[in-house]
Amino acid sequence: MNQILAVENLSKTYQSGEKSLTVLSDINFEIEPGSSCAIIGPSGSGKTTLLGLCAGLDEAGTGSIILDGKQLEKLSEDQRAAVRNASVGFIFQSFNLLPTLTALENVMVPLELLGKKNVKPIAVDLLEKVGLGDRMHHYASQLSGGEQQRVSIARAFANQPKILFADEPTGNLDQETGETIEALIFNLNKELGTTLILVTHDTELAKRTDRILQLKGGKLIKDSASATSEKA
Amino acid sequence: MQNLNWLLKMAWRDSRRNRSRLILFMSSIVLGIAALVAINSFGDNLTQQINSEAKELLGADVELESRSPFPDSLYQFLQDENLQLSEERAFASMVYFPKNGGTRLINVRAVEANYPFYGAIETTPISSAKTYNKNQDALVDQSLMLQFNISPDDSVRIGTTIFSIAGEINKTPGQSAITTTVAPPVFIPFSKLEGTGLMQRGSRINYKLYIKFPDGIDDQKYFNEVLKPRLEKEEIRFDDVEERKEELGDAYSDLTGFLNLTAFIALLLGCIGVASSVQVYVKEKVKSVAILRCLGASSLQGMYIFLIQISIIGFIGSIIGAAIGSSIQYFLPQLFADFLPFEIELSFSLPSFFQGILIGLLASVLFALVPLLQIRKVSPLNVLRSLGWGKTSKASRFVYVLVVLFVFGFSYLQLDSLKEAAVFTVSLLGAALILMGVSRLIIWAVRRFFPNNAPFATRQGLANLYRPNNQTLILVVTIGLGTALITTLMLSQDLLLDKVKLSSSENQPNMVLFDIQSDQVEEVVEITERDSLPVISEVPIVTMKLHSLKGEFVDAIKEDTTAGVRNWVLRREYRVTYRDELIDSETILEGEWDGRVESATDSIFISLDQGLAEDMKVGLGDPLTFNVQGALIQCYVGSIREIDWQRVQTNFLVVFPEGVLEEAPKFHVLLTRYEKVEKSAQYQQKVVSKFPNISIIDLDLILKTVDEVLGKISFVIQFMAFFSIITGVIVLIGAVNISKFQRMQEAVLLRTIGASRKQIVRINFMEYFFLGSIASLTGIIIAILSAWGLAYFSFETVFVPNLWAVLITYIAITGLTVFIGLTNSRSVVNKPPLEILRKEV
Repeated sequence: MNQILAVENLSKTYQSGEKSLTVLSDINFEIEPGSSCAIIGPSGSGKTTLLGLCAGLDEAGTGSIILDGKQLEKLSEDQRAAVRNASVGFIFQSFNLLPTLTALENVMVPLELLGKKNVKPIAVDLLEKVGLGDRMHHYASQLSGGEQQRVSIARAFANQPKILFADEPTGNLDQETGETIEALIFNLNKELGTTLILVTHDTELAKRTDRILQLKGGKLIKDSASATSEKA
Repeated sequence: MQNLNWLLKMAWRDSRRNRSRLILFMSSIVLGIAALVAINSFGDNLTQQINSEAKELLGADVELESRSPFPDSLYQFLQDENLQLSEERAFASMVYFPKNGGTRLINVRAVEANYPFYGAIETTPISSAKTYNKNQDALVDQSLMLQFNISPDDSVRIGTTIFSIAGEINKTPGQSAITTTVAPPVFIPFSKLEGTGLMQRGSRINYKLYIKFPDGIDDQKYFNEVLKPRLEKEEIRFDDVEERKEELGDAYSDLTGFLNLTAFIALLLGCIGVASSVQVYVKEKVKSVAILRCLGASSLQGMYIFLIQISIIGFIGSIIGAAIGSSIQYFLPQLFADFLPFEIELSFSLPSFFQGILIGLLASVLFALVPLLQIRKVSPLNVLRSLGWGKTSKASRFVYVLVVLFVFGFSYLQLDSLKEAAVFTVSLLGAALILMGVSRLIIWAVRRFFPNNAPFATRQGLANLYRPNNQTLILVVTIGLGTALITTLMLSQDLLLDKVKLSSSENQPNMVLFDIQSDQVEEVVEITERDSLPVISEVPIVTMKLHSLKGEFVDAIKEDTTAGVRNWVLRREYRVTYRDELIDSETILEGEWDGRVESATDSIFISLDQGLAEDMKVGLGDPLTFNVQGALIQCYVGSIREIDWQRVQTNFLVVFPEGVLEEAPKFHVLLTRYEKVEKSAQYQQKVVSKFPNISIIDLDLILKTVDEVLGKISFVIQFMAFFSIITGVIVLIGAVNISKFQRMQEAVLLRTIGASRKQIVRINFMEYFFLGSIASLTGIIIAILSAWGLAYFSFETVFVPNLWAVLITYIAITGLTVFIGLTNSRSVVNKPPLEILRKEV
C-alpha cells in the first residue's frame, strides 16, 4: 500500500447534550504521494472537519485513517503530534503564526521540534524563497496578511513534509495576493514533491489540483478521480 | 537536554511580548516573600541574640522565685556550696511624688547591691545604677518620670520612706518596654525595705534569689547534678539560663510565628493573584499552544514553556522579595523595640534568604500549576475552530490538594500545633470558598435577574460581570480575602478594647483599694465617704493553705500520681473571704449556701468555685482542712458556685460563712467608683499619704495602659497587614490590567458604533463599582463572622461591630477598586478607536 493518505469508512459525530450531530458519514478515499487534491463543498458540509481528521488534529469517530503508513486512531495525541512534526505541513486561512515569535522564529520552530541543529540558514533560505528575506525579524502583527501567509507557507515547508494540508489558504487575502500565494504553494508542491490537500470554496483554485473531492451534508458526493474513470 | 534547550528558548521568545504582564505576576509575590524573609531573618537574629545574651537577660546563673520566704535550710545549703547570692523582694505598691502629689501603682523591687551578676541596670545618669544602693536612693522607671514630670533631683515616697531619686531606669535585665508599661519598676536598696513599712501581713510579695556559680566549674553539669535536685526537693520555682533561653525563644517564636502567618497571607494573596493572572494569560495562549501542537509539540512541551516562564518569574520575584525582606528587617528593631528586653544587633540571615526563595518559588509554581495543567488538554483543533480548553483534569484536583497541604504545612511550621494549623487552613479555605461561592452566585443572579430596564451603563457594567474572560471570581476572592483579613484585625482590636471598657461601664466599680489593714478600714471608709465616693463593697481577706483533702494530707496527694488532683490547688495560697450572702456575680450550681455558723461546734460548710472543685476532685459533703496561719480549720463542701469573673467584683474561689474567720489575721479590699479623673487623683493622694501601705488599682489607668499596649501590638499587626494591602492592590492592578485587553476590544467596538467617552467611563465605573462592592462586602461579612466567633468562643463577650469602621472600609476598598479600574482603562477612552485597534487588539 503506497498511498500517503487512506481514509476508510470514516464517520464523525459530535455530541451536544442529548443531541448528536453527524458531520461526516462513511467517507472513503485514498491519496497518492506527490499528488494534489481539493476538498470542496458548501459551508457546514464537513470540509474542515475532514481536513482536521486527516491531519490527525482530532480523533475519528469510526473508520480508519492511515497517514504516511501510520494508522492514526491507534495513536495517542502526542504520537499523532510526532507524526505531524515528521510528515505534515499546515497552511491556514487565518495564517496562525505564533504572535510572540518573529517570522524567522516561526519558520524555525518545526525544525527545532524535529531536533535539528543549525536550523537558522534553512529558515532564512525558505523566507527568501517566499520573498520575505527583508522581513524575517518582524512579528506577525507587523506583517500584512499576504506576508503572514507567506511566512506560514515557509513554515509549512520547513520540515520538508510529505503531505501539506491547506485550509482556505487564500480565503483572507485579496485576489492579487491570493494568486501569488497560490502560485507559491503549487510551485513548492511541485519542486519538493509534497502531496497537497486543500480545502477551498474557490472552484478556480480547486481546478488547479489533480483531484477534487466534493462534500455535502457530511457525505462525499463526488470524487473527480472516480468521475474521470467513470467517464473513461 | 536538547528538548530543555528548546523549551527555554521558546519560554524566552514568548516572554518578549509579555514582559510587562509577567513583571506584574512577579510583583504579586514580591511583598509576601519580603515580609516572610524580614520576619524570619529578624527571628533568626533574635534567637541568636537570646542564646548569646541569656545570662544577661536573667542577670544570674539561676533565679529562684517564691511567694513565701525561702527556707533557712536552703540558704544554708547555698552558702555551703559557696555560691554568690543576691536577694530581691518585689511587690505592687503605690508611689507618691511629693513634688506634685502624683500617685500610681508600681512594681517595687528591693534588690541587693550585687544585682545583677550579669548585664546591668541601664540608667540615666549611668553612674546612678552603681551608686543608688550605696547612697540609699531609688531608681525610677523613665515612663513614670515622664508621666509625673519628675527629674532625678526629686524625691519619691514608698510606704513611709522618702527616697531621693538617683536616676531614671532605661532598661533592666530581662524586662521589655511592654512589661514596664504595665507595671513600671522602682528600685530601692534591699536594706531599706523594712523601713518602708510595706512588709505587712497579706502583702503579695515575690521573693527572688539570684545565684552566681563559682568560676571554673561546668555550669550546666553543676546545675543539673547538684542544685536542681535540691531545688526540686524544696519545691522552689527556678529559672536557669537554659530554661530562660527556651522560654524567651518560645515566646518570640510564638510572636514571629504569628507575624509569619500574616506575611504568609500576603504571599497567599499574591499567589492567588498569580494563579488568576496565569489563568487569563494561558487562556490567551490557547491558540499558540494549538499551533505548536499542530507543528508537532507534545502536550507536555506546550505546558513546560509556560511553566518555565512562571518558574523563572517566581524565582526572580522571590529573589527580589528576599532581598527587600533582608533589608526591611533592619527597620524591624524600631517596630519591635517595646517588645524586646535587649537591643538587637542584626545581620544578614542566609537561611531565611534561601528559605524565602524556596517558599516563593514553590508557592508561585504550585498556584500557577492549576491553570497550567489545563494547557495539556488544549486540542490542536483550536487552530481550525475555537474550542477553548478541556475540562479540569484529575491532576488539577491533585494540585488543589497539594496547595491545601502546602498551606497546612507552612502554618504548622509556624504554629507548632496541628489543631491551630488546621483551624488556620480551614478558615482560610472557608473564606476563599465563601468568596468563590458568592462570586458564582452573583454571576448566576445577575444573569437570572438581569435588569433589562436599567440604564445602558448599568446594564453594560453588570453584564461585564458574567461575560467571557470576566474577572469576577478572581477579583472577588483576592479583594475579599484582603478585606476580610484587614477588617478582622481591626474588629478584633476593637473587641479587646471593648472588653476592657465593658468592665468599667456604668455602676461597676472602677477603683480597687487593697492591702487595707483591719485597723485602717474604718478610716479609709470615712475618707471615701467624705469624698462623696460610694463604698460599693468592703471585703475581708484571710490567707490560708490547703492542709488535707478528703482526709488525705496534701503532701501525700502530691506524691500520689494517680490522685488526679491538679497541683496548683495543693500548692497555692488561698485568699478567702467570709460573708453571709452571695453576690450577684455568683450562681449556686450544687448544694446550698448557708451564710452563718452559729456555734463553734457546728460543722463549717464552705462554697467552692466550680473549676476549683473539678481540679480538687471534690463534691458536696467532702471534707477539707485549711491551715489558717498555723490554725487548722476543718470544713466541708456545702455548695459549688459558678462565678462571672469578667465583673469587676471581689470574686473568691473559696467563700467561708460568717462566724469562723472573724478573729483570723486578715486584710481588706474596698471597691468604689469615681466619675471624674481629678477627683480620683485627689482621693488617691489622700489615701496614700495617710496609709502608704494601701495599694490602689485605678481602672482608668488600666484602660489607658491596655490601650497603650494594644496600640503598640496593633501597630505591629497593621505593619504586617500593610504587606497584604499592598499585595492586594498589586493583584488588583494585575487582574484589572489583564482583563483590560478583553475590555478594550469591547470598548473599541462600542466606541466604533458610537458610544461616547462618558458612556465608556460610566460602564467601567459600574463594573468596578459592582466588583469592589461585592468583594468588600463579602470580605466584611467574613470578618464580622470571624470577630463574632472570637468574641463568642475566645473572649466570651458580646460583639457589636463598629459600623463606622465597617462603612469606611467598604468605601475605601470599593473606591480603590474603581480608581484602579478607571485608571487602567483610561487608554481606551482617551484615544481614537483606530489607534487602539491597531496597537492593542
